[in-house]
Amino acid sequence: MELNDLARRSGEWLRGSGPEADIVISSRIRLARNLADYPFITQASEQDRTQIEDILRERILGIEASGEMLYVDVEELEGVDRQFLVERHLISREHAESQGARSVAIDCGERFSLMVNEEDHLRVQVIASGFDLGSVWQQVNRLDDLIEEKVTYAFHDRLGYLTACPTNVGTGMRVSVMLHLPALVITRQIEKVFRSLQKISLAVRGLYGEGSQAMGDFYQISNQITLGRSEQDLIQQIGDIVPVIIDYERQARDFLIKESHENLHDRVSRAYGILRTAQTISSEETMHLLSSVRMGVNLGLIPDLGIPAINQLFIHTQPAHLQKLSGVELDTADRNIERARYLRRHLNKENGGGPAEKN
Amino acid sequence: MAMKCQKCDKQATFHITELTGGKPQELHLCEDHAREYLTSSGAEPTNTSSMAAALAQQVAQQMAVGQTAEELAELDQQSCPVCGITFYQFRSQGRLGCPHDYVCFQPQLEPLILNIHGESEHKGKSPRRAAGSAKRTQLIRLRREMKEAIEEEDYERASQLRDQIRETEKEEL
Repeated sequence: MELNDLARRSGEWLRGSGPEADIVISSRIRLARNLADYPFITQASEQDRTQIEDILRERILGIEASGEMLYVDVEELEGVDRQFLVERHLISREHAESQGARSVAIDCGERFSLMVNEEDHLRVQVIASGFDLGSVWQQVNRLDDLIEEKVTYAFHDRLGYLTACPTNVGTGMRVSVMLHLPALVITRQIEKVFRSLQKISLAVRGLYGEGSQAMGDFYQISNQITLGRSEQDLIQQIGDIVPVIIDYERQARDFLIKESHENLHDRVSRAYGILRTAQTISSEETMHLLSSVRMGVNLGLIPDLGIPAINQLFIHTQPAHLQKLSGVELDTADRNIERARYLRRHLNKENGGGPAEKN
Repeated sequence: MAMKCQKCDKQATFHITELTGGKPQELHLCEDHAREYLTSSGAEPTNTSSMAAALAQQVAQQMAVGQTAEELAELDQQSCPVCGITFYQFRSQGRLGCPHDYVCFQPQLEPLILNIHGESEHKGKSPRRAAGSAKRTQLIRLRREMKEAIEEEDYERASQLRDQIRETEKEEL
């Protein structure tokens, strides 16, 4: 398997299946781990980094089922390929933009990714479509055990797993659930939800993590605290709160349908119309409009379109994906034209055999 | 000369380095505005900002218990015998240098960790392999010393250190 093979698919987290998949995009857990006998990344020499990379690569490729795995040297990648992996949530922005020996291992279903030499020596991540933290925890815990059979992690009796940043110490675990909450945004209740989440030490981030805007009404809810609670407790806290937010979102959708059906239908139809006819369109506008269309599909306002297809458009219209799919480097203006063309082709084709866009 | 608070005409008694965003930002505030700044939750609830808020609060607390600028500067100069990072470096980048930092900066980190997590004891999974931590951190120190010996072109010392590293690695396997 090669990196280019990934581009045409949409990966596990956008599969659009699993429990509550109309609102919950994905469930993800990552563990931060460090080797006991090397400095953390900030103090690591180039040689240290190379050795850490060698040790972890050997270990990762040694675990069973790794034959199905793609091991990518991130340092050697072209900029567009790094960006591509960020858009797919397989590496972090920090991992894409930093310097020195670093890599990522990805399984062919894109369910797990193991980043080597990111902020910590190793970040093990498992992601699943829909709301399914239980199976994600099982998988990530097992991967962690398998790697630990041959390497010794930095661990402190009282503080737990030691990490480069004290915000991750203890379990080293971040549980994130990505939600699509357009109705809470339209009804202006989203801020209220955020404030109540912050009160119980949960963080809310945008689609692409720290500091990213909430593009397309996607929000990631995750734990801030990593110390002093067991993995199960941390998972349960998120697991208990997510159904409450799902319920709010459904109530907001019901409200919109009952109280302003025409406005809602109009909003969804206009968004769909623009996406199917625009000749040049930015990534931000695309996300914004796709968000309305996605909700419209879930509410039965657009009968001939599926959620997996919409999810795929969210990712395939990102800058690096567009360039990978078209096979050429494009500047912003050309990307906007190519994006509009891509949307017209796919949305008109999906629409029950209407006239396909001719290029 | 006394510095004025950035938000009013009172004397600035709190000097905060904000670590969120790209560049560290210096803030000089009077007590009232510092309290307002430190307790406001206007910032994004990200990893970095909870870290920055905890750090700022800790510095404010140290100022409040009457530690002088000189005492704080001295604290900043303390360095880890294993990886060499100073407390100041940690404060400015928000990242530690090696596992031993949790031991040698313990007095400073303890309140910080409590501030971030509200707890100070791990409850959860432990690795099945026990880490002989003294040996482990020794390896980090030896590798750093070897790199320094090479930089100083002291090749005799570098090769001694290399042998020592190999021996320690073997014992660990």
